[in-house]
Amino acid sequence: MAYSEKVIDHYENPRNVGAFAKDDPTVATGMVGAPACGDVMKLQIKVNEQGIIEDAKFKTYGCGSAIASSSLVTEWVKGKSLDEAAQIKNTDIAQELALPPVKIHCSILAEDAIKAAIADYKTRHGS
Amino acid sequence: MNYFQLFQVPAQFDLDLTELGTRYLELQRNFHPDNFAAASERDRLLAVQQAANINDAYHSLKQPLLRAEHLLALRGVKISHEQRSFTDTSFLMQQMELRELLADILHSTDPYALIDEAEQQIQQQKKLLLKQLASALDANQPEQDLLAADIIRKLKFFFKLQHELELIEQQLQD
Repeated sequence: MAYSEKVIDHYENPRNVGAFAKDDPTVATGMVGAPACGDVMKLQIKVNEQGIIEDAKFKTYGCGSAIASSSLVTEWVKGKSLDEAAQIKNTDIAQELALPPVKIHCSILAEDAIKAAIADYKTRHGS
Repeated sequence: MNYFQLFQVPAQFDLDLTELGTRYLELQRNFHPDNFAAASERDRLLAVQQAANINDAYHSLKQPLLRAEHLLALRGVKISHEQRSFTDTSFLMQQMELRELLADILHSTDPYALIDEAEQQIQQQKKLLLKQLASALDANQPEQDLLAADIIRKLKFFFKLQHELELIEQQLQD
């Protein structure tokens, strides 16, 4: 199956790969997986006092589309408030990367990862 | 279609695979196209369809995960085409660590030691999960069926890890 140029770009030059220090209180983590293909995705956000996402990092074990979806989301969430970031839809990711129907679940995974990270932040900060 | 019924074996997770294989050969023989050479067009087509069902059924019943999924589907729990993300964080953390271990193999000075370590961990976890799966499915209760579905999801991650490990081993040999 042919990948779109944007998927290849993110796959070959993934943005924001890595991890933040686990004990940093401004960091929250979202972990999600897709049993059908065994993909595992970790997405971390660093949130400032104003509730704005200052930085984001990811680590994904999966196919090119899963890596590209998480890489794109880390770019998109930077500078957004938690509520704005929660509005990101998998359809936007799929459209931006021109994902074929069989790879839509990769964009769902990325949407669920950012939602999980936001939920983790809210649990830690009791809001 | 109920594959257990088709093969006339009990609808349970723990199956006698030798018996299954014997039953498969019998069924295949019964529905072989040669037996229907003189039959009507309709019967011939039905036999072809039945032969295809038998192959599908055998494929599903002989593999533990597919057999478990089929058993759950018969009980109304369908998980084979789900797109929902899996969110058990501690389980996924463990998967991440195993993936990292796998990623280290190719750069290691002693790759085979790491392969052994990964292999051992994967096998141990798979064995444990398959045991839990068998007892959850044996209970034949709605709550236990949902638990079984979750165990199948976890096992899929381990089967994927095993596949990745095999690819790495091949890469090392090349």
